Amino acid sequence: MTKHLIGHAPSRRSVLKGMGAGLVAASAFPGYTWAQSSAPIKLGFQLHRTGIGAAYGRWYERTAQAALKVLNDGGGINGRPVEIVFEDDATDPKRGAEVVEKLASQAGCDAIFGPLFSHVVIGSAPRAGELKIPYLVCSEGYHVASGMLNRWTLQPGITDVRAQVSSMAPWVMQNLGKKVTMVYPDYAFGYDHRDFFTEAVKAQGGEVIAQIAIPPTETSFTRYLPQIPAETEVLYHVMVGPAVLTFVKELGDFYGSGARPQIFGFIDSLEAVDTATPGLEFLEGTHFWEGHNRVKQADASEAETFYRAAVGVDDNGASVSDAKDVSTYAHMFSCWETLFIIKQGMEAAGYQGPADRQKFVEAIEAMTAFEAGNDHPQGAKMFNGKTHQVFGHQFISKVEGGKLIRVHQTAIEDGMYPDAVDYTTQSF
Amino acid sequence: MGFGPFLLLALMESAVTAATLALTAVGLSLVFGVMRVVNVAHGEFFMLGAVAAWFITNFIGGPPWFAFLMALALAPLAVAAIAALADRLILKRLDYEPEATIVATIGLLYIFQQAALSFYGPQAMPVEPPFNFRIQLPWFGYSAYKLSVILLAALVLIGVWLFLTRSKAGLVMRATQVDRETAQAFGIDTDRVYAAVFALGAGLAAIAAVLIVPIAQAHYLMGHDPLLLAFITVIVGGLGSLRGTVIAAILIGLSDGLIAFFWSPTLAKILATLLVAMVLVFRPQGLFGARTT
Repeated sequence: MTKHLIGHAPSRRSVLKGMGAGLVAASAFPGYTWAQSSAPIKLGFQLHRTGIGAAYGRWYERTAQAALKVLNDGGGINGRPVEIVFEDDATDPKRGAEVVEKLASQAGCDAIFGPLFSHVVIGSAPRAGELKIPYLVCSEGYHVASGMLNRWTLQPGITDVRAQVSSMAPWVMQNLGKKVTMVYPDYAFGYDHRDFFTEAVKAQGGEVIAQIAIPPTETSFTRYLPQIPAETEVLYHVMVGPAVLTFVKELGDFYGSGARPQIFGFIDSLEAVDTATPGLEFLEGTHFWEGHNRVKQADASEAETFYRAAVGVDDNGASVSDAKDVSTYAHMFSCWETLFIIKQGMEAAGYQGPADRQKFVEAIEAMTAFEAGNDHPQGAKMFNGKTHQVFGHQFISKVEGGKLIRVHQTAIEDGMYPDAVDYTTQSF
Repeated sequence: MGFGPFLLLALMESAVTAATLALTAVGLSLVFGVMRVVNVAHGEFFMLGAVAAWFITNFIGGPPWFAFLMALALAPLAVAAIAALADRLILKRLDYEPEATIVATIGLLYIFQQAALSFYGPQAMPVEPPFNFRIQLPWFGYSAYKLSVILLAALVLIGVWLFLTRSKAGLVMRATQVDRETAQAFGIDTDRVYAAVFALGAGLAAIAAVLIVPIAQAHYLMGHDPLLLAFITVIVGGLGSLRGTVIAAILIGLSDGLIAFFWSPTLAKILATLLVAMVLVFRPQGLFGARTT
C-alpha cells in the first residue's frame, strides 16, 4: 500500500478532498470545547532516567506515579483525570531543552514538572519560557529565586540550597565547630553550597578555610582528600553522581581510625545508598542534612505513613519489594508535593486548557502557605510568589546504630532571605 | 599533611591506576598487534566485565570473598566469549579491513552500552570487596583491597607474559603477529588465533574491571575513561608492543596520579594528551614500538 505512495506528490484533487473532509469533521463536532474539559489533563515529567541523575530518576518516577494514583483516586483536577508523560533527559542540559520542547509541542502537555539537576534546569528553563509553558522544577537550586530564570519557571515543591544551608549553619557552628572545609560538586548546585554556606558561616563567626570542588563525573576521590587542612574542625561534604558511594568510602578509608574532624554531609552524598553498606561504618556519629527523613522517625505523622506506603518505601527508606533498593527519600517528596500544587493551582485558576496557562502561573504566584498533610507529607511550607520559591523545614540527622536519627529541625523562617527578584512584575 | 605522607598516598593511588591501566592497555595492544584491529569497543568490554561481576556476585551470594573470586573467574570468561562471538560474527566477515573494523567496533560500543542500559539499568551498583581491611598509617588510612589490586594485576600480567612467551598458543599468536600469511602457510588456523586474541584482549579488560568494581561501582558509562587512557598508553608505548605498553601504563598511571594529586586532574589529562601528540610527532612508532614498513 505505502509502496504506491512513494514518489507521488499528492494531487490537487486529493488535497482539496482532504481539506474538505477536515472542514466537515471540524463543523461536525461543535462540542469540542466541552469535550476537552472532560479530557485528561496531560502533565509532562522531565525525568533523569539515565545519566548521572539516574538514581534520582528511578525514584522520582515512582513517587510521581504514586502521587498520580492518589490524585486520580481523589477525582483528579477539576474533575478531570490526569495523565503524566515521562520523558528521559539523560540528566543533560541540551537534551533537557529538547525534552521540554517535545513535551510541550509533541505530547501537548499542559505543564511540565520534575527536573532536579540544576545544570539541566538552567539549560531547559529558557525553552519553557519561550514556549510559554509552566515549568515547575524540583531542583533545590537558587537559580529560581535569584531571578536568573523566567516567569514560567517555579519551584514550589522544595526549599532551595540557599535557604537550606543558611538555616542550618547556626546549628553546625554551635554544635560541630567553626573552621569548615567544604567539598562540593563543581557545577551550579555545588556553587550554591559554596557561596551561601560560606556566607552563612561567616555570619555566625566561623570560617570556611578550604573549598574543594570535584567534577560530578569524577570516579576517584582520594586524590582530593589531602587538600583538607589538618586544622579543619568540620568537614562539610555534598556530592552527586554515580560515584557517591566511592566518595564516601574513600573518605572513610582516608580518615580510617585516626583523628578526624566532625563530619557534616548533605544526604545527597548518600542518596540511594544504604548507610549500612560495608565500609561506611565510619559514618557512625556523623551528621547529615535531610530534606525529608529517610528513616521513619518515632514521631512520624499520619501523612508521613500514608506517603511512605503509597510510594512503596519501608521504614528504613528502601523499596518495600527490595531492601537493597534505597530511595532518594530526602528529595523525592518534591515531585509528590509539586503535583498537588499543580492541582491546587489549576483548580484555583479554573484551568481549561493551554490558553489558561498564564492564569495557572498567576494562581500559584498568589499562594502563600501550604499546610502539612497528605498533599505535603514533608511538612508545612511558605511560598513566596514573587521569587517563585518555597521554604520548608530542614532536618539534621545523626547516624546512630547505622540509622539516620533526627537531632534538629529548623524553623521555616530560619532560611528566609531578602527577595532578589519579583517575577510577578515580568511579562508573560 | 606533610609532603612525605602526601607523596606516599599519591604514589599508592597512582599505582592502582597504573595497574588496572596496564591490564586494559595490554588487552588493547594485543588485539592491535596481532589483528591490526583498532578496537574502539575495548572500554565497553571493561564495562561488561564490571556489570558481569555485579550479576555474578549478586547471583551467587555467600561470603563476599567467595562471590568475588567467582566473579574474577567467570566474568572475564563471559566477556571473552562475547568478544570471540563478535569476532566471528562481525570482524571476520569484514576481513579485518582497518577502516571497516573501526566503524564496526564503534557500532559494538553503542550496542554494548545500550544493552547494559537496557538489561542492567542506568544506576551505579556496588560489588562488595572480598575483604574490608584497612591499613592505618600515622597520617591516613588506606584500603588494603586497593593495594591487593596492584598485586593481582601484576600477577595477571606476568601470567600473560608467560603465556605469550612460553606456551605453544602464545607462539602461534606471535607467529601470526609477525606474518599472517606465512603462519597460514605453516598450517596455523589464523581465524581461530584471531578469535582467541580478541577474546583474550577483552578478557584482560574484564579482569581489570572486576578488580576495580569493588572500588568504583559498575555503571553503563564507565567504559569511556579506560578506553581513552588505554589508547593513550598504547600509542605512547608503541602499538603492538607489550613491553612498551606496560612501561607506558606505569609511566602514564603514575604521572596522571601524581599530577592530579599535586595540581589538578584536568591538567593531568592535558599533559597526557600532549605527550601523545609529542610521541606521534617525534616517534610515531611509540617509545618502544618497532618501526614497521
